[in-house]
Amino acid sequence: MSTLTRNIARSQEPRTRRRPVRPGKIILHLALATCAALMALPFLWMMFSSFKPLDEIFRQPPTFLPEAWTTGGYETAFAGADFVRGFWNSTYIAVTVTVVSLLTSTMAAYAFARIDFRGSKPLFMVFLATMMVPAQLTIIPLYIIMGWLGWIDTPLSLIMPASLFSAFGVFLMRQYIKGIPLELEEAAELDGASRFRVFTTMILPLLRTPLTALGIFTFLGQWNNFFGPLIFLNSDANFTLPLLVNQFKGQYGADWTSLMSATTLVAAPLLIIFAVAQRQIVDGIALSGSKS
Amino acid sequence: MSLDTQIRASADAVPAPPRRKVSRRHRKDTIAALVFLSPQLVGLIVFMVGPLGFALYLAFSHWDGFGAATFAGLSNFTELFENPRIQRSAINTVWFTVLQVPGVMITAFLFALFMQKAGKMTNVYRLGFVAPVVTSSVAVATIWLYLFNPEISPINSALRSIGIPAPNWLQDPAFIIPSFAVVAIWQGLGYQLVMFMAGLQSIGASYLEAAELDGCSAWQKLWHVTVPLISPTILFLSITSIIGSFQVFDYIYVFMDSSAPDEARTIVYEIVQMAFREFNFGAASALAFLLFLVLLGVTGLQMAAQKRWVHYAE
Repeated sequence: MSTLTRNIARSQEPRTRRRPVRPGKIILHLALATCAALMALPFLWMMFSSFKPLDEIFRQPPTFLPEAWTTGGYETAFAGADFVRGFWNSTYIAVTVTVVSLLTSTMAAYAFARIDFRGSKPLFMVFLATMMVPAQLTIIPLYIIMGWLGWIDTPLSLIMPASLFSAFGVFLMRQYIKGIPLELEEAAELDGASRFRVFTTMILPLLRTPLTALGIFTFLGQWNNFFGPLIFLNSDANFTLPLLVNQFKGQYGADWTSLMSATTLVAAPLLIIFAVAQRQIVDGIALSGSKS
Repeated sequence: MSLDTQIRASADAVPAPPRRKVSRRHRKDTIAALVFLSPQLVGLIVFMVGPLGFALYLAFSHWDGFGAATFAGLSNFTELFENPRIQRSAINTVWFTVLQVPGVMITAFLFALFMQKAGKMTNVYRLGFVAPVVTSSVAVATIWLYLFNPEISPINSALRSIGIPAPNWLQDPAFIIPSFAVVAIWQGLGYQLVMFMAGLQSIGASYLEAAELDGCSAWQKLWHVTVPLISPTILFLSITSIIGSFQVFDYIYVFMDSSAPDEARTIVYEIVQMAFREFNFGAASALAFLLFLVLLGVTGLQMAAQKRWVHYAE
């Protein structure tokens, strides 16, 4: 901490001397701005194309902004697939998994970090080892197991595995719980507080930052998941947004206006959330890697 | 740990019934641990260890999902090794990894170096780089389906206008895998950029200042100070991104549906097709196992090699 603040202080020193802006800085900013704009360009292209009539999409050279704005693509998209339903399905699955898996993995992490029980270390190693297992290896048996449980084509097939098992979540939260000083908990335990009370009233509130990070990570993964829903869901009414767009693409593949409208509908919610909460999301991404 | 030693210390201080006290405490602890662990333990067994054992069983069986499975010995594996399409898919997967992993890591590292010097504007530029990271791979692939379509692609139009022959990205066998790599780099760049920026930020300025006082050039500082100090980040990203790129699937499925030509197929695409189109659960599980072994091997090699180049600050 102290070295960090010292470094910050040191890096700010020259600024007080007010140096003139160097041409190198201008080139740097121009280059970065150009590259960042190029990275964002496919999204802008998607959005503007969704408002272009089809003949304008095929025009050469292409137009950037639509010359004749149309919302026909969105009308076709909403008529061709139930995106409202898909939005609800995606949200329902992603939110449930995020809430439940944060709770279960933090509970398990607490046991690994704070309770001394036989087999703790080997069991934790098992959790770590499963992080290496590719999803494709377990998806076939899971498909069969879901069939036995009667969960095929229900949200449960996606919610249950992700809610009840997250080796990464357990690992990440264990690292953070281990970093919390023991003294407070020991005092509380001497006062007769149960482990459950210590966990809910002392540990959980101190984990707000890593929980937010893990929550963002989990939500993004679930909301954008394609592989799991593709295998487990069959009927349109249960489809999540990625599945709906993929299906829509199969039916309206040549109608680029409508396809880009559908894609915009799916990409927009997260892009808007990201634009508003950039700091938290970026910190979340950085944090989830920093302890690994 | 320290809780345990404290208990032992107090047990030593009171000589009367020390063993019972400890064991009762231990039993209570074991029960508490079980309660806290139980949801994830159920998940571990039902959704991970169970399926893993089941997959191993399937890899050595013939089964189409109906009727009884029969023992197959190694025939699923020999079938895979003799199938030229699988060989082609394996080559495609490796080719994709060779293009994508260094591509994304080098660009992300360079941009992270430049972004460090951008001051307050970092937040603005970062929006453009990280936006693809939060977007679903299906939406990403659909956008690139447009950008790769030679009839309407603005990229091709731009290339033609400066006199470069525009490729037919997803139709030309030589360009299919590089096209996938372009999309994967575009989508993966922001994540690694964030990681590298976090890594660079943690390097103390004193190291670079010391190097500067010693008369190091910018290149020497980069190569002998910055790179060694963020080598743990480089190792972490190379391990995770190789694992990820060996599992590439979503883009291909959105681009090609279930009729991808041999030049576009990857290992995971084959696994899905074999399992859920042909209902050849045995061969699909065998291939998934081979993929797992390869990933273990590649990661193991990286972990073994890290001693030679990864520098951990104390």
